[in-house]
Amino acid sequence: MSMANYAFEVSQTSAYAPEILEGLSSAERRDDAASAPVRDESDLSTGLALEDINLSFGGVVALAGVDLSIKAGEIRAIIGPNGAGKSSLINVISGVYRPERGHVVLNGVRYAQVPTQKLAHLGVARTFQNLALFKGLSVLDNVVAGRAHTVRSSFAGQIVGTPLSRRERRDSYDRAIQILDFLHLGGVRDRLAGTLPYGLQKRVELARALVAEPRLLLLDEPMAGMTATEKSEMASFIRAARDRFGMTVVLIEHDVGVVMELSDRIAVLDYGLKIADATPAEIRSDQRVIDAYLGVVSENEDGGGI
Amino acid sequence: MMADFDYLFFIEVLVGGLLSGVMYSLVAIGFVLIYKTSGVLNFAQGAMLLFAALTFVSLVERGVPFALAFAITFAAMVAIGIAIERTVLRPLTNKPPITLFMATLGLSYILEGAAQLIWGTQVHGLDLGIEDLPLEIGGVFISQFDIFAAAVAAGMVLLLSLFFRYTRIGLSFRAVADDQFAALAVGLRLPLIWTTVWAAAGLVALVAGLLWGARLGVQFSLSLVVLKALPVLVLGGFDSILGAIVGGLLIGASEKLAEVYIGGYFGGGIETWFAYVVALAFLLIRPAGLFGQKLVERV
Amino acid sequence: MSALATEFTVAPTLPKWAAPVLVLIIAYGVVPFVGTSYLFEAILLPFLALSLAGLGLNILTGYAGQLSLGSAAFMAAGAFAAYNFNLRVEGLPLVGSIILSGLVAAGIGIVFGLPSLRLRGFYLAVSTLAAQFFVQWALTKFSWFSNNSSSGVIDAPTLSIGGIVFSGAAGRYLFSLTIVTVITFLAYRLVISQTGRNFIAVRDNETAARIIGVPVLRTKLLAFAISSFIIGVAGVLWAFAYLRTVEPAGFNLDRSFQILFIIIIGGLASIRGAFFGAALIVVFPLVLARLGSFLLGDIFDSGVLDMSQRIVLGALIILFLILEPDGLVSLWDRIRRRLGSALRLTRR
Repeated sequence: MSMANYAFEVSQTSAYAPEILEGLSSAERRDDAASAPVRDESDLSTGLALEDINLSFGGVVALAGVDLSIKAGEIRAIIGPNGAGKSSLINVISGVYRPERGHVVLNGVRYAQVPTQKLAHLGVARTFQNLALFKGLSVLDNVVAGRAHTVRSSFAGQIVGTPLSRRERRDSYDRAIQILDFLHLGGVRDRLAGTLPYGLQKRVELARALVAEPRLLLLDEPMAGMTATEKSEMASFIRAARDRFGMTVVLIEHDVGVVMELSDRIAVLDYGLKIADATPAEIRSDQRVIDAYLGVVSENEDGGGI
Repeated sequence: MMADFDYLFFIEVLVGGLLSGVMYSLVAIGFVLIYKTSGVLNFAQGAMLLFAALTFVSLVERGVPFALAFAITFAAMVAIGIAIERTVLRPLTNKPPITLFMATLGLSYILEGAAQLIWGTQVHGLDLGIEDLPLEIGGVFISQFDIFAAAVAAGMVLLLSLFFRYTRIGLSFRAVADDQFAALAVGLRLPLIWTTVWAAAGLVALVAGLLWGARLGVQFSLSLVVLKALPVLVLGGFDSILGAIVGGLLIGASEKLAEVYIGGYFGGGIETWFAYVVALAFLLIRPAGLFGQKLVERV
Repeated sequence: MSALATEFTVAPTLPKWAAPVLVLIIAYGVVPFVGTSYLFEAILLPFLALSLAGLGLNILTGYAGQLSLGSAAFMAAGAFAAYNFNLRVEGLPLVGSIILSGLVAAGIGIVFGLPSLRLRGFYLAVSTLAAQFFVQWALTKFSWFSNNSSSGVIDAPTLSIGGIVFSGAAGRYLFSLTIVTVITFLAYRLVISQTGRNFIAVRDNETAARIIGVPVLRTKLLAFAISSFIIGVAGVLWAFAYLRTVEPAGFNLDRSFQILFIIIIGGLASIRGAFFGAALIVVFPLVLARLGSFLLGDIFDSGVLDMSQRIVLGALIILFLILEPDGLVSLWDRIRRRLGSALRLTRR
């Protein structure tokens, strides 16, 4: 158990991937904000807001006074070098961490700590930086498990097979199969999740999150460790999912190139501080962002952050 | 009511409890050594203890001098430790901790069976040459043997602490315990460290086996001493030597006090489970134990 | 679907229910008529009780991932509860006492499962030992449980369901078989339900399970309750149908380990695993005894047998953990697949 943790620590302390620089240098390619689905700017219904979030671990500041306001239906990327506090932010939004100060506003309700066990009922689903599939279940059952929060029948009802439990069962399987087909995973649905290649497991996690029909989808490095082709495939799945289901998406990603094309807006974190929050085009020319990235270029050439 | 309270008797019970607590600590330390370096809760520690005591006493009964018997048994324990590490733990590297635990459960069956198959199942008396006469200190009677056992146990703890603080291999042990991954990365030789740790655990088993054997007689039930050490570990944290010491003292003292003062209300015999209840009650308040570190969940 | 998928369907020509139905036909239709009393008393009765106990533990440990070292305590609770319900409640049918005793065991299971809400892994495993020692202590200490019998050993009542008396070894076998069949079927329904999926989700990744809306605490307690219910009923069968006496001594820590070994050897998180494991655990000492006395003659006395049994058992555990971590079940499935493909080849 300790081994896994240590591996994680090591990857956390290594430098961010060099693609970030490439992304910035090829900044002038196109302006994404214009081509993104047009959202009504006057619509103030926020999907999610963070107010003055502060979090630290044993004296090390992870997040310092972070404010964030995300409109419903938006795809918002959060980028930043390793250790900038991106994952901490997702963990605060999903209630895994309790911030020392500040609030998370979800559906108009302010929380000091979001109740993790009610997260699915609040319409929030997420994926994890390190794979968090149920290895002992098939792909299909993993996705069906994503409907757990909708189950009303008791275990006894499920054993006996009451009409309610049978209806729920049929319904969850139907929806799971639809999502799997939507993400082109139909061919592997009877495989044990743990036996799939890494990229596919990431996609199954997305399927498990989508089947819950969330209003807010949190993606913690959905493309980490993928090849360029897999990344663009995943990006198109994320966009297709948003267009089809209309949920708000918050995602963390290292690869700035992918993020620029995918997101409506981008927030940049550095050492726990939010140093920028703008459209991809504005981010590209933001001197502070460029400085922050240049400032942490390290000797690590093969790129960590996996 | 309070006027009738016999303070001398109370102190006597308390001291007796603390002294037997030291012997619990000694067994618990054997667990901590292995847990810290390889993340395994070695259930076979009790069986190792039985094996060591039985081997030693059988050699002495066959006329082998005390010191030689000690050396032979120690060598045997080191060999067993290395064999366990090579044949059982290494093939199970990277398996979940629970799997490793179940493997040590299997190991304890093998060791218990082997010890008794080789040396027989009869009960052996073990005389370490310490008279068990009560010693009077300020009106309080304390068992001489308990004092001796506690002193030996304390000596062992000191020895191990010095070893791990001042020798090169000891320092590597601490590095591994702190961060296995990093230790591997800077080229510390893990197999050597594991071997040393298993040897040290073998030594602890031998000493604890002799002390417990002298008190309870050397027989099968000696391996059940492990069940006394588990609540100590739960209380002190599986990874803390200091926790094992303090936990042992706490369990030893509270167990004896409870047996004497509240055991009567339950019809006696509560020592089989009382330590577990203490440890559990404590854990509900502090899930990481006395000195264990609270883990931040990483997702 | 892909070739991979077909490789995983076990017997392509037979429906899934064929094998269990075939086993049941033999168990009900053939065994009672050809079995000797040795077969019932020494093999089948302990096999059925231990299989059921293994099934119960597998739900908790194999499916829900909560390691328990206190199974024998729940067996004891079930056995003694059934004895007392039967003794003290006038006119309660035996099936009623069995169900109630299962519920008593479930209640005790929930109490000792409460630490699982705060503790994980080894800490939880150690805390289940508290159940083992406490229950055994209470049953020996308070003679009310054994109706003030001086020896603590009490005779079990005769077995009857709806006026039919199951006497004799074959009768007790049919009684056990029926209860085991019913509970196994219900357990199978459970593990393929959403609740069963929740068990596995909690086992494989607790945080992810909580976030997708699995009620983690309730799920863990439910696993403890259901598992203890089944193990409690197994205790009733062990005492009433197999031993014919009820005494605390037989439900010791070694029994708890034995049940854990059953599911390790048979296969964790598998219904069939409990049966495979129990079969091996029951049969291998008998085989070892025969083999030992055949090879070594008089040297192989009961003491030597006992010790070599421990050694072989310990070695088996380690071998299975290293070489076949999914147990006899996966070994069996592999052999069957090999045979199946060999048959298909010859047919061509």
